[in-house]
Amino acid sequence: MNKYAKTFLNGIIFENPTLALVLGMCPTLATTTSAINGMSMGLATAFVLLCSNVVISLLKNLIPDKVHIPAYIVIIASFVTMVQLAMQAYLPALYETLGLFIPLIVVNCIVLGRAEAFAAKNSVGLSAIDGLGMGLGFTLSLTVIGAIRELLGTGMIFNTRIYADNYGMLIFVLAPGAFIALAYIMALVQKIIKK
Amino acid sequence: MVYFLIFISAIFVNNIVLSQFLGICPFLGVSKKIDTALGMGAAVTFVLVLATICTYLLQKFVLEAFGIEFLQTIVFILVIAALVQMIEIILKKISPSLYQALGVFLPLITTNCCILGVAILVANDTMKLPAGAESGLLTGVVFAFATALGFTLALTLFAGLREQLSMNKVPAAMKGTPIALLTAGLLAMAFMGFSGVV
Repeated sequence: MNKYAKTFLNGIIFENPTLALVLGMCPTLATTTSAINGMSMGLATAFVLLCSNVVISLLKNLIPDKVHIPAYIVIIASFVTMVQLAMQAYLPALYETLGLFIPLIVVNCIVLGRAEAFAAKNSVGLSAIDGLGMGLGFTLSLTVIGAIRELLGTGMIFNTRIYADNYGMLIFVLAPGAFIALAYIMALVQKIIKK
Repeated sequence: MVYFLIFISAIFVNNIVLSQFLGICPFLGVSKKIDTALGMGAAVTFVLVLATICTYLLQKFVLEAFGIEFLQTIVFILVIAALVQMIEIILKKISPSLYQALGVFLPLITTNCCILGVAILVANDTMKLPAGAESGLLTGVVFAFATALGFTLALTLFAGLREQLSMNKVPAAMKGTPIALLTAGLLAMAFMGFSGVV
């Protein structure tokens, strides 16, 4: 396995940002009311992560060490603003649902964490792969959590009905269900990893 | 009366952590002891109120006045980061005892999404207010203060639960974050009982 494949898989499986590193909990809990919402949030974050990783890796020798954190935040915030404006223009309904959590990608620990831990030390190509892997890993776990909550709460996955509506447990779409569903998914992952 | 309702709404009905999912990172991270939970709560209260005033004034008199609202995210995060840094320096100088109590939490606050989240909600006038409340600077500040109290309450309750929990036997797979999340879920369920009060 070469280092590119390794970096890519690292983000998706071994160091999955949500399930293994427990980062970015706010969007994970708040936007996974359905599989579609979880996936959209994941993809928006993945885009920001990919772009900010590439740009920060390109500029890593130009940014003075003393102001590197503010500089990174400005770069990340610019990409977040781009996503925000594009979404407002082309996907207004989705923007309405995700709402506040799109601008809050700026303070998502995964994005700044990868910039600091990976992009600031590695080549452009490797940083792009790392951003993509981490972003897709985040998208994957958000989609899975969203699908499970949607299935238990409303009996649907990706708006396709699996079982009748009146057997759904509404609590899983509401706030407490987010915590409980994520707790069990994480316990399962811990169990599998530790074997 | 309306301000009292804002307090009830922001602390119990729409609790920032347990029903709005903002500030989950410190909620899970610094909630192992009641003392640290209270310290974090106090630091968040302090910063949140100041940040809300600054960003609200910036939004109304700079961003909206010049028609550059799209710069909101970039401007707000920089202002919050600078503000936190400034508070840290000033506290160190004028009140070393307060700095001792809050100091360790201050750097963590810049990336606490409840600060940026509440600043954006107040600046865009999209916060959840009880019927009859007019949005404005005073309402925004009261809302920010009440939200921070709600954060402190959730954090302290959770820390108390976790202190108890650490003495109990937990199945191997549930150790650490899963059991904490499960506890938070039950706490959120309890807070759901307040829905419809305001």
